[in-house]
Amino acid sequence: MKHFLDIAEISRESLIELLDMTANMAEINRRPVPKVPALRGKVVATVFFEDSTRTRISFDTAAKRLSADVMGFAASASSINKGESIRDTIETLEAIGVDAFVIRHKTGGVPATVTKWSDASIINAGDGANQHPTQALLDSYTIREHFGGQDLTGLRISIVGDVRHSRVARSDIQAFTKLGAAVTIVGPSTLLPSDMTGWPVEVCNEFDSVIGESDVIYMLRLQRERMNSAFVPSLDEYAQRFGLDKSRAKRMRAGSIVMHPGPMNRGVEMCVDPAEIPNSLILRQVTNGVSARMAVLFKLLGAGGIPEDEG
Amino acid sequence: MVEVFSAQDVVKSITRIAHEILERNADGAAPVLIGVQSGGTWIAQAIKEALDRIKSDNGILCGAIDAGMHRDDIGMRPVLTAHSSSIPVDLSGATVILVDDVLFTGRTVRAALEALNEYGRPRCVQLAVLVDRGHRELPIRPDFVGKNIPTKATDEVSVSADGVFVEAR
Repeated sequence: MKHFLDIAEISRESLIELLDMTANMAEINRRPVPKVPALRGKVVATVFFEDSTRTRISFDTAAKRLSADVMGFAASASSINKGESIRDTIETLEAIGVDAFVIRHKTGGVPATVTKWSDASIINAGDGANQHPTQALLDSYTIREHFGGQDLTGLRISIVGDVRHSRVARSDIQAFTKLGAAVTIVGPSTLLPSDMTGWPVEVCNEFDSVIGESDVIYMLRLQRERMNSAFVPSLDEYAQRFGLDKSRAKRMRAGSIVMHPGPMNRGVEMCVDPAEIPNSLILRQVTNGVSARMAVLFKLLGAGGIPEDEG
Repeated sequence: MVEVFSAQDVVKSITRIAHEILERNADGAAPVLIGVQSGGTWIAQAIKEALDRIKSDNGILCGAIDAGMHRDDIGMRPVLTAHSSSIPVDLSGATVILVDDVLFTGRTVRAALEALNEYGRPRCVQLAVLVDRGHRELPIRPDFVGKNIPTKATDEVSVSADGVFVEAR
């Protein structure tokens, strides 16, 4: 497979291989000169139709540390504003010469559709409420790095908050369960997906009942920009029931960790300064994001792709 | 599959290489052994153990270098699972003994030399290999050789502590 679109398409073995590759890239990032010539001459285009800070910069950095050239593209400063279609945009960039497109779009399925128009490798950097596979890879790596071992077997992970609108949650749930963790999703019914048939998770509506039993508390961002109707009565009430505050942080199990994909809504789901809790891995996630994206870029452009899941 | 080198021969060669390394580097600081991932790392470790037996407290360190990201055939062949580099000291001014199992085209050594540069500028780099099978494609020669084995370019050579085996393809 020359694309990286969806965690569902990736076998457990390939996932573990990507985690091992991420560890290797992390070692490169700790070197005095964190740059290798592996992808010299390759061109990576980051095509973001939706705003982003960390994912875009992270891919940019990852590509540069592998010596690829980066073509930046932001929809807000492009001919998209003159009415150019996604397809024409992709074909135009490809005519200039691109080996991999890193694509983010507010609609699910756009990166998969682009594979039909382009011969380049397509990497999904987040599509609507569908998938964010590199986030799942960096999250799995961050957890494995902290707890040790080959996979996540035996760990209890609670994903808290706006699961309904979250592509991070969808990718994370697939990755974490493939790697052997037990996942509970926690949130008000209005913020859980209406149809969860086939989701390998437990569901809970009370944050307080999982807080002392989880090895990982994964806080999701309340996605106010995607909410077209009233999903929560008020932000205060949401923070009361599902926000991570000091008292909840204190009740966490010894040795457990807090994660968040960013950007954080302080005072909503994060009611405590992560700098004040010793077990926050939120910035570690950002650091590891570069290594994880280097692993994906190298697998696709330098190592012949990722084997497809036949199981 | 033909055995060209027994387990005992491997031990003997490693011990001989250790003596040669000491002789060659008698004056000057202790060299740093760096095994090329993944085949060279156990040999570097074995040479280090042999050196410790000959002379304890020799101050010789042992590390590993992954040359995978510096290869010139990236994208042309499947890449093996990743390995990490671990370099115990700043290599600036050090004498480095690069260690690998088989010397063939010389391309891995070239990549490893380039990867080493990122850890400093060594005073000099010497190359130790257990097997030199010929067919060089680059101007690279070893300083210490366990055994020269004539092969066809298509042969497959496998090396472990159990010995060296050649399989015709």
